[in-house]
Amino acid sequence: MNFWIIQGLNGLAFGSLLFILASGFSLIFGLMRIVNLSHGAYFMLGAYVGLSAIEAGVNFWIAILIGGGAICILGTVIERFILRRLNGQPLAQVLVTLGIAFIIADTCVWIWTGDPRPVPMPRELTGAFRVSNLAFPIYRLFVIGVAFALAAALWFLLERSRLGAMIRAGVDDLPMARAMGIRTSLLFSAVFCLGSALAGAGGVLAGPILSVYPGLDSDMLPLALVVVILGGVGSLLGAFVGSLIIGFIYSYGQALFPDLAYVILFLPMVLVLTLRPTGLFGRQAI
Amino acid sequence: MVRTRIFLSTTILAACTALTPLQAAESLKVGFMTVRSGALAAGGRQMEEGLKLCMDEHRGVMAGRKIEIITADTAGQPAVTKTKAQELVERDGAQVLIGPLAAFEALAIDDYIRQTKTPVISPSAAAEDLTQRKPNPWFVRAVGTSAQAHHPLGEYAAKDLHYKKIAIIADDFAFGHEIAAGFQRTFEQNGGKVVQKLWSPLNAAEYGTYITQIDPSVDAVFAAFAGGNGIKFLGEYKNYGMQKPVLGAMTTVDEGILKRMGDEAVGVISSGWYSAATDTPANKKFVEAVRKAYSADPGYYTVGAYMACQFLNNALEQVKGDISDKAAFMKALRNVNISQSPYGPVKLDTYGQPILDVAIRKVEKKDGRLQNTVIKTYPAVSQFWTYGPDEFLKSPVYSRDWTPAK
Repeated sequence: MNFWIIQGLNGLAFGSLLFILASGFSLIFGLMRIVNLSHGAYFMLGAYVGLSAIEAGVNFWIAILIGGGAICILGTVIERFILRRLNGQPLAQVLVTLGIAFIIADTCVWIWTGDPRPVPMPRELTGAFRVSNLAFPIYRLFVIGVAFALAAALWFLLERSRLGAMIRAGVDDLPMARAMGIRTSLLFSAVFCLGSALAGAGGVLAGPILSVYPGLDSDMLPLALVVVILGGVGSLLGAFVGSLIIGFIYSYGQALFPDLAYVILFLPMVLVLTLRPTGLFGRQAI
Repeated sequence: MVRTRIFLSTTILAACTALTPLQAAESLKVGFMTVRSGALAAGGRQMEEGLKLCMDEHRGVMAGRKIEIITADTAGQPAVTKTKAQELVERDGAQVLIGPLAAFEALAIDDYIRQTKTPVISPSAAAEDLTQRKPNPWFVRAVGTSAQAHHPLGEYAAKDLHYKKIAIIADDFAFGHEIAAGFQRTFEQNGGKVVQKLWSPLNAAEYGTYITQIDPSVDAVFAAFAGGNGIKFLGEYKNYGMQKPVLGAMTTVDEGILKRMGDEAVGVISSGWYSAATDTPANKKFVEAVRKAYSADPGYYTVGAYMACQFLNNALEQVKGDISDKAAFMKALRNVNISQSPYGPVKLDTYGQPILDVAIRKVEKKDGRLQNTVIKTYPAVSQFWTYGPDEFLKSPVYSRDWTPAK
C-alpha cells in the first residue's frame, strides 16, 4: 500500500514539473504553430539565471520571477527578430529554434562553466513531511500545488479573460481574427513571452529537484514533446492530463519494470501516435 | 570546433640544448583530447587545468625536448573523438595522445590507435577491459579502473563498518556496473550481502522513484554515480528524510562536484585512488598549486590529466626524449615508476594499469569547505585486487548482472 501511495506522489510531483515545462510549449504551438525546440534551453537558461540571482542574495521567490522575466525578454526578442521573418516556413522555424538551443547551451557552459549546480531551495520548504511511516519531501508537495494553481490560472486566462478570447480566436482562424481588429502581432509577442516565461520560471522552480547542468536542456525537451504529443498539441487540458499520465508512468513504470527505464516514457507516445495521431485532447488540423 | 595550439616555454629551450642537442631542435607534438562542449564539459575543463599545471611545472620541456600540446575538443561524442584522433595524428603530426575523457570514447579509437601504433595515455577512461581482457598494446592508463578503488571499499564496509545488508544504486552504464560488481564481490566475500540493486538511467531526471524503493531493512546504501548525478542523488536522499548511511563511489563525491554540495554530503564514506585531502608533501604541493591557479580542489579529472602528463615525462626521461622507436617508448611508458606523486607511489602492472594506493575517505567539513578526509589507506592496490591476474581474468568482465542480488 505504501508503495502505491509514495510512488503515486512521486508521479504526481514529476508530472507537475512536466506540466510547468510543457504548458508554455503547448501554448506557443497552439497559437503560432511554432515547434519551439529552444524550449528546453529556455528552461535551463531560466534555471541558471535564477541560480545566479539566488547566489547574488536574492530571495528564491523573486528569483523565480527574475528567471521567468529574463526568458520572457529573450523569447520575445527571438520571436520578433528571427521567427517572425520565417513566418509560414515551419521547417525553417524548427531548425532555427534548434540552432538557438545549441547556442544557448554552449553559452551556458561558457558563462556558468560545466559544473552541475544544485539550486538551493527555500529554507521553509526543506525536509520531509511525515505521516506515520511515510516521508515525502515538502518541496515536492509544493511543486504539485504550484502546478495545479498554474493549470487553474492558465485555464482562467484562456477561457475567461479577454486576452484568452483573442488567443482562442487567433488559434481558430488567424486571418479572421486579424480582420476583426485583433492586433495579432502584439498577441503573438505576448503569447511567446508568456510561454518562454513559463519555461524560465519552471527551470528555477525545478532547480532544487533536478539541479542545473549542461544537458538539462536536451534531457527536458523530449519530455515536453512526449507530453504534448500524448495530450494533443496545443491543448492545455491535454498538456495537463498528458503530464500527469507521463508522471505516473515514470514513477510506477521505473519501479515495477526497471529494465524498461529508458523506453518507458516513449511507449505511450508510440501507442498514441499509432491509435490516435492527434493525441488524447488534440483536434484535427484545420 | 575550437582548436588551440599552446606553445609552452620558449626561453628554457636554450638551456636544454646542451643536454640533448639533436632532439631539442624539434618539438614533440602531443595531441590532447578534451571536452569543451556538452554534458561532459566540466570534466574536460578540469583535465585541461591538470594538464596545464603539469606542463607549467616542467616549463614545457621534458627530457630536453620542447613539448607542443595540440588540443582538440571531442564534445564527448565517440564519433567526433575518432575524427579528432585522426586529425591529431595525420594532420597535426601528434606522436603521443593524451585523452580521451570517457570510456566509450576510448573504445571508439581503440582500433585506430592499434593501426597507427600511436601511444595513448588515458587521463580518465576507466573501462576495465582496456587493461584486462582486451589490452591494447598502445594504451596505458593514468587512473584506476572502475572497480580498482571499490574492491577495498567492499571489504571495508563488511570488515570495518560491520555492515551486513546493503542496497546498491548505480548509474546504468558500464562504469556503474563495474563499480557495483567490484564492490559487491569483496563485500559478499567478507560476509556481507547485497540485497538490492537499483539501476537508474545515466540521465535520470530525478531519483525520487528510486530512493523510495530502497529496502528499509538495509544497513547502508552504496551509491555509485558519475558526473553530476551524485549532487542530485544526495540532495534528494536528504529531502526524502532518509537516514541510512551512504557509501559512495569515488565519483559520487569527487572534489570536482563536492564543492557544489551542501551538508547532505557530510559523512559519506567513499573510496578512491586520490583525495585532495591526502596529507603528503607531494599532494599538498599539488593541491596548493591547483587552489592558487583555479581556486578549487583538484578531483578525478584534474589529477588524472596531471598524472597522464607526468607519465609522459617519466617515460620520455627513460628514453632520453627519443620516441622514434615507438616500441621502446611504449615499454618505457609501461615501466613508469613515480615514487612521489599526488596519488602516492605509482608503478604499472604488465597490462598497462597503475598499481595505486587506495584511500577510504569520509566527507567532512573543514574550514568551511567539504573535503574527503582519508580515514584508511590500502597500499599498492592492483586492478586485480588480491585475486591475481590469472584467477581474475578467468571470470567474465564485471557487468550489470554480475552475481545478481538474491
